[in-house]
Amino acid sequence: MKIAKWVGAVALAAVAVLGLPGCGEQQQVVVYKQGKYQGKPDTAPWDSPQWGGEQAKWERAIETRTLNQNEYTRH
Amino acid sequence: MARMKFICDAERCIECNGCVTACKNTNDVPWGVNRRRVVTINDGQPGEKSISVACMHCSDAPCMAVCPVDCFYRTSEGVVLHDKDLCIGCGYCFYACPFGAPQFPQAGAFGLRGKMDKCTFCAGGPEKDNSAEEYRKYGANRLSQGKLPACAEMCSTKALLAGDGDVIADIYRQRVLTRGKGSEVWGWGTAYGKPGQQPPAAQPKS
Repeated sequence: MKIAKWVGAVALAAVAVLGLPGCGEQQQVVVYKQGKYQGKPDTAPWDSPQWGGEQAKWERAIETRTLNQNEYTRH
Repeated sequence: MARMKFICDAERCIECNGCVTACKNTNDVPWGVNRRRVVTINDGQPGEKSISVACMHCSDAPCMAVCPVDCFYRTSEGVVLHDKDLCIGCGYCFYACPFGAPQFPQAGAFGLRGKMDKCTFCAGGPEKDNSAEEYRKYGANRLSQGKLPACAEMCSTKALLAGDGDVIADIYRQRVLTRGKGSEVWGWGTAYGKPGQQPPAAQPKS
């Protein structure tokens, strides 16, 4: 009888210890983290031998082409 | 330098598919992959509208956000590119993209999916500029030659405009003002409100 009481007490203690974490509120929402590019590095278009690293020259060439798409101002 | 963008003028597009052909030819795009395509709404009915669609090189690209191997990057000119050596062909980017831009070639028997392929704004990829390796993987690098994408430069009616977002927006605005119509084109009203109507209020960020 004494042993049965002791086993019962241990069982109750075990249920209390194992069951308590179930009452806790854990954060279930996944927090999104922006990844970082893992591939090879790329060079800028003006780094090619044609432009020799001159960004302004390349930008002028692209702007000229872009503005040429406007037939209202094309000469 | 602002961001490189495409604008397609639905009032001008005549569904000739010249842009699709130019893209295929310039970049040697494999069979079954369409980096660019022309979509027609109400095809065959009076007032049908066509628009040329490819990667829109989003400022906040969803493909970039969902890629599990982080193979996407954005260049300083705002072009969204990816490293094919890193791509695993999972297809997440295809589900995320609202324009259906990511394409997957058949890489083997039984419909095995290859590495993702998409419009590069004719800017190649992370290989030596204008090298054979870059051309094989990503196609032509016209941007590094001071040229715009082949699709826009080939467009016969200049419906498809490419270049600095601010500059091509000005060109489009001038067209709308000159022809006296176009602000009612679908898509415009959604973004900026209908003529004589206030644009939709910006939603505060939560």
